[in-house]
Amino acid sequence: MNILVCVKQVPDTNEIKIDPDTNTLIRDGVPSIVNPFDGYALEAAARIKDNAPDTKIVVLSMGPQQAETALCECLAIAADKAYLVTDRAFGGSDTLATSYILSKAIEKVEELENEKFDAVFCGKQAIDGDTAQVGPELAEHLGYPQVTCALEVKSEADGLHVYREAEDGKEVIGVKTPCLITFTKPSFDPRFPTIKRKIAARKAKIAQLTAAELTSIDPAHAGLKGSPTKVKRTYVPPRKEAGVVVKEETVEASAHKLFDLLSKAHVI
Amino acid sequence: MGTKTKDLWVLLETNEDGTAKNVGIELLNPGRRLADKQGGKLVSVVIGCHTDAAVKEAGVHGADQIIVVDGEEFRRYTTDAYTAALAHLLKKHAPTSMLIGATPNGRDLGPRLSCRLGTGLTADCTALDIDEASGNIAWTRPAFGGNLMAVILCPDHRPQLGTVRPGVFKKPDVCEDRAEIIREDFHVPADQIRTTLLETIREASAEIVDLEGADIIVSGGRGVGGAEGFRVIRELADVLGGTVGASRAAVDEGWISHSHQVGQTGKTVGPKLYIACGISGAIQHLAGMSSSDVIVAINKDFDAPIFGIADYGFVGNLFEIVPLLTDEIKKAKA
Ligand SMILES: Cc1cc2nc3c(=O)[nH]c(=O)nc-3n(C[C@H](O)[C@H](O)[C@H](O)COP(=O)(O)OP(=O)(O)OC[C@H]3O[C@@H](n4cnc5c(N)ncnc54)[C@H](O)[C@@H]3O)c2cc1C
Ligand SMILES: Nc1ncnc2c1ncn2[C@@H]1O[C@H](COP(=O)(O)O)[C@@H](O)[C@H]1O
Repeated sequence: MNILVCVKQVPDTNEIKIDPDTNTLIRDGVPSIVNPFDGYALEAAARIKDNAPDTKIVVLSMGPQQAETALCECLAIAADKAYLVTDRAFGGSDTLATSYILSKAIEKVEELENEKFDAVFCGKQAIDGDTAQVGPELAEHLGYPQVTCALEVKSEADGLHVYREAEDGKEVIGVKTPCLITFTKPSFDPRFPTIKRKIAARKAKIAQLTAAELTSIDPAHAGLKGSPTKVKRTYVPPRKEAGVVVKEETVEASAHKLFDLLSKAHVI
Repeated sequence: MGTKTKDLWVLLETNEDGTAKNVGIELLNPGRRLADKQGGKLVSVVIGCHTDAAVKEAGVHGADQIIVVDGEEFRRYTTDAYTAALAHLLKKHAPTSMLIGATPNGRDLGPRLSCRLGTGLTADCTALDIDEASGNIAWTRPAFGGNLMAVILCPDHRPQLGTVRPGVFKKPDVCEDRAEIIREDFHVPADQIRTTLLETIREASAEIVDLEGADIIVSGGRGVGGAEGFRVIRELADVLGGTVGASRAAVDEGWISHSHQVGQTGKTVGPKLYIACGISGAIQHLAGMSSSDVIVAINKDFDAPIFGIADYGFVGNLFEIVPLLTDEIKKAKA
């Protein structure tokens, strides 16, 4: 099976702090990581490969040059090949423009690899924008069926069986290839890279695709200009006043105090 | 393509028995305000199977018009059937905007639909308004795990689409049903639905957990220590008439089912009171509960980030204070 995994490099939102003086996000020094949900997508592909070693895993990212680091990490974990889509003309794309560019890039990668992909895996959402839109939009551009919020995938004779998170348990969805699947957080941890793979990944060449190669892209649908949604403004939500810490002589007294406070606040 | 109207549409998702999901009714509330400002009708779009109950709900909650697509293939949500139906309706009637509940299905459908129509979508909004300067909808949504809010416009494409979080808006008051009902005979051939449900795996203690609609939530995290530890959490929730929530860590440990999980990969909640017990307050947890009116944190570790957003905090062992608090409330109620 041939699987393409879309990965985005994102700032680690756990590390983002707010500057109390200016009330803005401090982005300097915030480490960049592989979007965790994309890590789960890569793990799902790796698990398929564990059972079927002739599986080929290609990772694709769109972003600035530094996104190479994220692709390198994916090579070290499980990917066989990596492509980076990078061009000033693609900057400022919203999700619709991003998914359009990725769909054209996938066609190009298929041409270069001289093979079709059976499945495209995405993360459920990127933790910077939290939109969860690129996956389904990419599926529509490609004309593929989609399954979102997957935990695990098994390759069976009649197609793929996707274990999907549902409101009150799990669902198993059957879907034929080619298809697109987005992944959420499973209960198991994704694998770590081995030393051997790490060394190999460092030496690996990451193929670049720019607007010059991706000639099928209509510039009217890419970048800031090609994006139907526009960010009017952003702001840091007003922060709460520091809360009241209840600390009486005894736990009993504290419980009583807490009860009092909640009663006075009319919430119980 | 129909002539463009100034109407505002609200998708009413249905349950398998044809009743309405709450969020589709809640959205009639901001929907009314936006429709009036846009100078168009408020339209509820009902898709499902045997949907009479849902149609009635939309009518008594103030929809001017209800467009109904009813058929066996719409009983359970599928991306293919729902996208086909809505793309057809939106092209035919050409409203200026549509709100969709940001439920798991809504967030599967919204982007697929926006891409088919080549228009913009703003996901998971928490506030809606009209941008005075341009007359477009101003969609407000959190990003970076709730650290930043963004206001988004879709100036040049129609319809303007957005998914809106459940629980943010209250249902509008019940009123006289004056809705005009339009039934659309639209069907999707079986071979155009490319996914099949093979199996549903219910969790052992399958219970319906309505966290989104809860006024009070008492949540437990890794600090609860085990499935047995959730007893004190449940007892406190019970005396308060509240619902039990959980962090991802507690769910991953298998102490409680995923339907209780609050956060980025769980539910987004906005109760009047949220009591977090033995939860550190990771950004992914906060993303799902930081808009609660009053937050109480109970944690041994004074440095736990949960205290940063709490209105009231207690630093100490949850197994000591939670049962005492439960007793206090019991006493007061007696
Ligand atoms: C992509 C992604 C998505 C995620 N989605 C979610 C999500 O939707 N929801 C979610 O919750 N998490 C989510 N997480 C996980 C999140 O990062 C944290 O790991 C998780 O929230 C931690 O849960 P916790 O606070 O219960 O556990 P911990 O962080 O281990 O905290 C336990 C706390 O309990 C306290 N404690 C221990 N014993 C006691 C006691 N006896 N009395 C009082 N206090 C005690 C400790 O001091 C500690 O602060 C996600 C993570 C990722 C990467
Ligand atoms: N720039 C990008 N490059 C590669 N994949 C992306 C990019 N942006 C989004 N994706 C994929 O789409 C998923 C959803 O992203 P989003 O819609 O931005 O939340 C991510 O988890 C990735 O798999």
